[in-house]
Amino acid sequence: MSLLAIKNLTVEYPSRKSTFTAVRDVTLSVERGEILGLVGESGAGKSTIGTAVMGLLDAPGRVAGGEILIDGQDARSIANLRGARVSMIFQDPLTSLNPLYTVAQQLTETIRTHRRMTRAEAHDEAVSLLDQVGIADAETRITQYPHQFSGGMRQRVVIALALCSQPDLIIADEPTTALDVSVQAQILDLIRDLAVSRGVGVILVTHDMGVIAQTADRVAVMYHGALVEEGKTAQIIHDPQHPYTQSLLAAVPRGERKLDRFPSLTYQPDGAPAPQEMTLTDDWLRSKGKDENQGTGPLVQVRGLGMRFLTRNAILPKNRSYIDAVKDLNFDINRGEVLGLVGESGSGKSTVARMIAGIHAPDTGSITFDGQDMAKIASSHERQALRRQIQMIFQDPYSSLNPRMRVRDIVAEPIHHNRLSETASETSRIVGDLLEVVGLGAAAGAKFPHEFSGGQRQRISIARALATRPRFLICDEPTSALDVSIQAQILNLLKDLRDALDLTILFISHDLPVVRQMCDRVAVMRNGQLCELAETEALFEAPRDPYTRELISLMPSL
Amino acid sequence: MIRFLIERLFQAAVVLIVVALLAFVMFRFAGDPVAQMVSLDTTAEDRAALREAMGLNNSLPVQFGQFVLRAVQGDFGLSYQMGQPVATLLAERLPASIELSLVAFGIALIVGIPMGVYSGLYPESWLSRAFLILSLAGISLPTFFIGIMLILIFGVELNLFPTFGRGETVDLGWWTTGLLTGSGWHSIILPACTLGLFQMTFIMRLVRAEILDVMRTDYIKFARARGIAKGRINYGHALKNTLVPVLTIAGLQLGSIIAFGIVTESVFQWPGIGLLFIQAISTVDIPVMSTYLLLVALIFVSINLIVDLLYLLVDPRLRVRSR
Repeated sequence: MSLLAIKNLTVEYPSRKSTFTAVRDVTLSVERGEILGLVGESGAGKSTIGTAVMGLLDAPGRVAGGEILIDGQDARSIANLRGARVSMIFQDPLTSLNPLYTVAQQLTETIRTHRRMTRAEAHDEAVSLLDQVGIADAETRITQYPHQFSGGMRQRVVIALALCSQPDLIIADEPTTALDVSVQAQILDLIRDLAVSRGVGVILVTHDMGVIAQTADRVAVMYHGALVEEGKTAQIIHDPQHPYTQSLLAAVPRGERKLDRFPSLTYQPDGAPAPQEMTLTDDWLRSKGKDENQGTGPLVQVRGLGMRFLTRNAILPKNRSYIDAVKDLNFDINRGEVLGLVGESGSGKSTVARMIAGIHAPDTGSITFDGQDMAKIASSHERQALRRQIQMIFQDPYSSLNPRMRVRDIVAEPIHHNRLSETASETSRIVGDLLEVVGLGAAAGAKFPHEFSGGQRQRISIARALATRPRFLICDEPTSALDVSIQAQILNLLKDLRDALDLTILFISHDLPVVRQMCDRVAVMRNGQLCELAETEALFEAPRDPYTRELISLMPSL
Repeated sequence: MIRFLIERLFQAAVVLIVVALLAFVMFRFAGDPVAQMVSLDTTAEDRAALREAMGLNNSLPVQFGQFVLRAVQGDFGLSYQMGQPVATLLAERLPASIELSLVAFGIALIVGIPMGVYSGLYPESWLSRAFLILSLAGISLPTFFIGIMLILIFGVELNLFPTFGRGETVDLGWWTTGLLTGSGWHSIILPACTLGLFQMTFIMRLVRAEILDVMRTDYIKFARARGIAKGRINYGHALKNTLVPVLTIAGLQLGSIIAFGIVTESVFQWPGIGLLFIQAISTVDIPVMSTYLLLVALIFVSINLIVDLLYLLVDPRLRVRSR
């Protein structure tokens, strides 16, 4: 008998107008000690299956048909299902722990909910659990609060919490998506280890094919609420049968070789129009501002750049302590190139981007843009002219657009601000063209941001950035919040724009396969310092720095 | 921790000095203090002597210094109206106001928080809707109207509670309390309900909004997925996370009901500082008014300090920063 058997499960979200079917007629099973990978893009219904098994569907969602059996028993009739039989690991370790309780309080509370133990016994058990999930010095660390742990360590605490009740089945919903690649490998190893040594069944919900290839025994692929294909991991990865699986795998950026363009997802079963290719109709975008001096040499020169944050304040300067977010950084960005900036979280790569964009002022060193030292520009008029040429695209397309403004106003704002157009009708023509260029169509201007998906919103962000006719784009993890097929579209769009408009791009990412496809040269950062800077192919084929080698070896591959 | 405390105390002292300056300016320049104190037939020599005796001929910074020095020692001068030291007057009245405010505040917390938690957890239930309608009434009806209605219904018609005064009080030497006698408690209920109703609806709405937010967080979902009991989640995990904003608002509210319970005190003839202040205004009793100003500032500053310390108790993340 299977540990978990899901038979013909259908989950519906009824609303006043219509009923949305999130999961349609899905049949799955998980054995003890087995890891089932559940993949699909956002909206495919993979997380809904997990919450349905837990009985935690948010209202008004309901199980409209089918059965969920645990050891042959209907899950809904099991009294202490949650925790005791099935446990869950959430995506974001930074938000899944209660910030106001110590780790010990949260662990012992959970242990005592499920097992008859005295406070002291539960505490000992909690310490041993922390030890098992690989937290060193568990005895002292258990008394700390969640904010005193790093992201990877918090995910270990989350796993320890999920283990408190000795569950038979663990549903891990994107357990490593928020983590760095080196930490991701450790957490996946830990989950593997749990399945093998404790005989726990695991459902690993993820959108990342690389994670699945590394960890899962079997894979189930979902598309629009339905199961399209299921099989052994090796078979799915190397010999996918269903056209959706094939195109999904094709769209995963490869780390091992460089391609011209990102293969986009071609599977469109219900006749939805394929995303159109870009056409540049207007030459407004290409025309130059009169204040641009076309110099030679690198567009951006960074010399001795440093930035420190105060960690402990004191009245006497000698008692203050700082952390160097960026230390003595030197590099150039050549005209027309895409420079990749990679590193783990906390390596200082976003701080560098913010300093170049002028959001933070550097503590030491200088940034020269097109021959002008940015710190030495006295007049606000000149600074404004310079800033117009530098634009930034942020990671999260959900929070970087003002929800109360129409898209056309969002895109027109930088045009107004920089006085780039003479009349209102010209502005609206330019806005329409920009929206065409990024593939949304001029009609999108009348809508509000919430009417668009994540990928479409990132296109709006790009249109807004282009609205000042920039020469230099800073992209801070522009696709890490997006699905793989959408990611391919956005990255192709950026490539096309670069070619058509002679843009120079600083591309910040932790995703090495994407960087390999996207960038001409790559800079690797660690602890605020530059480890290595080389041509992309040279860096991936023959990394010189040991840290670069480590990062490349951890890169998940199919 | 100690550093943090010293910093906050220093800030509090700055606020108090600034308010003292305002109080001093009011005392010194709103009318001539001498003219207020003497009768019409006092001779010019006597007035000049009085002026000299009060130190009004010294330079202004010296006068301000003397004012602060006296204030620190608890000497706020004599009330023009009653001829008694202002400090004594306030000390007599303050216990009544503080007791009324604390009882009102207690009612607000004890009733408002559970109502807020309930209506945050079950926003769709009819009881939550009833709470919301009730709270809208509580916010929109003026205090004096509620007070008068309570007097009319419970005092006059049903004759359950006294309609004015504090009842019997017990003198503890430094504090006169009505909370040790039956009639004291009997008398405090109506004014406390009147004063607390607005606070209660305020706290209820705030807790409700915070609970709605907190219930959507991952750590609550995760706690539910671990099988933690519902009561522990709702009143432990969730409520504790709503406390920081609730403490902020509640602290400010407590300060304002101690200082500005004037309407309630007048309606119920409650012998507190609010009533004293009203009388001082109608008789232009400047020393009482300027001292009142200082007292209000002191109350707000102390409550804010306590709230800041409570933050540290509630939220461990703030402890690191303040270290």
